Order: sequence, then structure tokens, then C-alpha cells
Amino acid sequence: MNDIEKLIQIMGRLPGLGPRSARRAVLHLMKKRDSLLQPLIAALDDVHRNVRSCGICGNLDAADPCAICRDSARDAGALCVVADVADLWALERIGIFKGRYHVLGGVLSALDGVGPEQLAIAPLLRRIEAGGISEVILALGATVDGQTTAHYLADRLQGLDLAGGRLTISRLAHGVPVGGELDYLDDGTLIQALKARQKL
Amino acid sequence: MDFTDTAFVLSARRHGEGDVILSCLTRDHGRHLGLVKGGASRRSRPLLEIGNALAVQWRARLAEQLGYFQVELLAAHAALLLDDADRLAALNAAAAVIDATLPERAPHADIYADFADLVAALAGGAGDWGLAYLRWELRILADLGFGLDLSSCAVTGATDGLAFVSPKTGRAVTAAGAGRYAGRLLPLPQILCDPAAPVQPGDIQQGLRLTGHFLHAHLIDAPGAEKRLTARDRLVERVGR
Repeated sequence: MNDIEKLIQIMGRLPGLGPRSARRAVLHLMKKRDSLLQPLIAALDDVHRNVRSCGICGNLDAADPCAICRDSARDAGALCVVADVADLWALERIGIFKGRYHVLGGVLSALDGVGPEQLAIAPLLRRIEAGGISEVILALGATVDGQTTAHYLADRLQGLDLAGGRLTISRLAHGVPVGGELDYLDDGTLIQALKARQKL
Repeated sequence: MDFTDTAFVLSARRHGEGDVILSCLTRDHGRHLGLVKGGASRRSRPLLEIGNALAVQWRARLAEQLGYFQVELLAAHAALLLDDADRLAALNAAAAVIDATLPERAPHADIYADFADLVAALAGGAGDWGLAYLRWELRILADLGFGLDLSSCAVTGATDGLAFVSPKTGRAVTAAGAGRYAGRLLPLPQILCDPAAPVQPGDIQQGLRLTGHFLHAHLIDAPGAEKRLTARDRLVERVGR
């Protein structure tokens, strides 16, 4: 296997790319050696050398603790629990939540053999027991596995003996998406929306 | 080869980036697997949540192939249970038990009907979900040939005062009949002998330990099945609180 074929094979393993699209991407990189290939190599090398998981929240950053955990302007009393780093980034993108995060590294799944021990639940409990957190937001998916994990976490958090007073546990609302028309929504979303209706 | 049927989702495992391998309990074709093309997409993913009722169409060139499912949602049961930790745990456990115990492609009309009744009871929100789940597991054991005989004492023949079950034969035993072997027998909660008996604290957990013994002893032998049953373990832990 020559070098280009090897690169195509590796690129083809990336999400969203198959063998054909990997070949196109590699050919494009070959054509733009100086403007694209070289900066890409440098960026990949930088990421490989510098980026690591934050020891506190599990976010990916060039520094440990990450920029979010270091930011003293953020509300240290509000903690948002997410399944993956991608979820953290999605919440950061909207810029409304000004608290801190905790990345679990997945959700409970008997099918995939993911139990509480495989997730960052023990570090989460230690963080909360250390004090200073008054609200935990469980921002997990509206799936059976996501909500099973949320209920499991809620049980564990309610069982904590906290010296600093009460802990508020909340979860994200489920329902009609912005721009969504009822006629086009799936039954599950409609059921959730109706159950979580609010008084006007 | 093809068929159309109604089914309940038991599990949906992601296959590659966009597809899903669906395991479902069909009415006429038993537990059946198949690939759902694009099953991991934003549009299809909510359909494939555990417990949802689907209209399925299965196609394959040869009968022994995995084949492809085309699915349409009939009832979104999972969405009704997402807020209820106990009932959601029961649904998860029931799907895990069926997934782990039933052989593939062997039709079980009674098991399908029992599972449909259980899902309806859980989604309905009324009644004692724990008792409904426990009685469902007893029916599963019976349907698969390992039913417990709780009609009379295996030693004395008495029909009253049944307190234990033999872990080997699955037959009920009275306290008097158990004698010095009581410590080796499985406790039998009264709610399983007397349908009118009120549910006492600990009865459901005790009952689940009883059915769990026979599930593990006789029905769980497929690779990965034990791991799948951690959903049931979590239910047993939950009802014990």
C-alpha cells in the first residue's frame, strides 16, 4: 500500500467520510499542499501534542483545567451534566448557560455494556460533595438510555449528604422545537410536549 | 423473502454511521433482527426507542440473512415513560429479559401478547407496575417451559401456608415441609400465591429475586445475555429502595 492509499484509508475511517469522499479530500489536499495540507499537518500535530481532557469536567482543551473551569466569571454554583464533549460544545455555542460543566463520557446502556463504573459519575459526586454547587442540570438526551441515566443520577444526587444545604436537580425540557409545526412532529415529541405544557 | 408484522422495539444498536441493527419482538415471527437503513438519523432515531410499537416490513434475499427492516411507528410508548423512573426501569428490564432469553425467529404468540399487556400497563400509568412486572416475568418463565408450580407444597401437598420455592424444581414448599432445608430454599412472597393479598414492602424485590434465579439458571446462556440483563439488575435495585 502506498502513502496516498494509506492516507485515504485513514481518512475514510473519519465520521462522515467514506472511501470515495476520503479520496476526494486527499486529492484536494494534494492540490493545495501549501495552503491546506501543510497547515492541516501543523494543526493536527498541535492538537495531538496539546489537547487533553480537563481533569475537572472532562472537556477537551489545550490546558488542564480547561478555559471554562478556569473562568472565575462563570457561576460555580450551577453545574450542567452532559453525556459527551459534543453536547458541552453545543450548549456553549448558544452562550446562555454561564455555569460549569461535567462530561459523563456517555450514557448508561446495558446493550453496550456501559454501567455506572464506565462513566464519570464518581468524579461528579466528589465534585458536588466538595461543596459550592447549588444546582445540577441534567442535560441528557430525550432517549430511553439518556433518561435512564438522568434518573440514576438524580437518585444518586438525592442520596448525597451535603453539608452546604440543598441541591436543586433539574433537567432540560422536552417538546416542540423552535420552528417546528405540530403536524410534522413525531408522536414521541408531541407526547412529551403535551406532558410538559406550561400555563400562560 | 419478506414479511410484514407488528413489533415492539427491544434494542437498537448503531451499525456504522447511519444505520441501526434493530432487535424487535414481532407478533408472528418471534424475536427478529434486521438492519434499518438510516435508522440513526434524526428522523428515524425516535421511532426506534425501546418499547415503541412498530409496523415492520422485513426483506432479505435469503431467509438466513440479517435482512432489512422498514419501520413505521404505531405507538410511542417510550415517550410516555421517560419521566417515570420506575416504569422506565421496568420497560428497560422487560426488553432486556426478552432480548436475552428468547431465541431468534421462533414465534411466541403468548409472549408477544404478554409483552403488549405489560407495555400497556406501564404506559397506562395506573395500577401497581411492580406487581404487573413480576407477574409478567412469571408468565415468561411459564411460556418458556420453566413455570413455577405454586399450587401446592411439593413435600406435604398442602395448599395453604406456602412460604418457599425449591431452586431446583421450582415447586412451592410450606414452612413445615421445608424443615431444616428452609435456608436453601427461595422465599416466596404471598402476593404470588394469593392474588388478593396486599403487596407488602419487599415483596416485589423478593419476587424478582425468585424469578431472577430461574431466568439465570435456565434461560440465560447466549453470549452477552448476562451483560444485557444489567437493566434488570438496576430494576431489582430500584424496587428495593
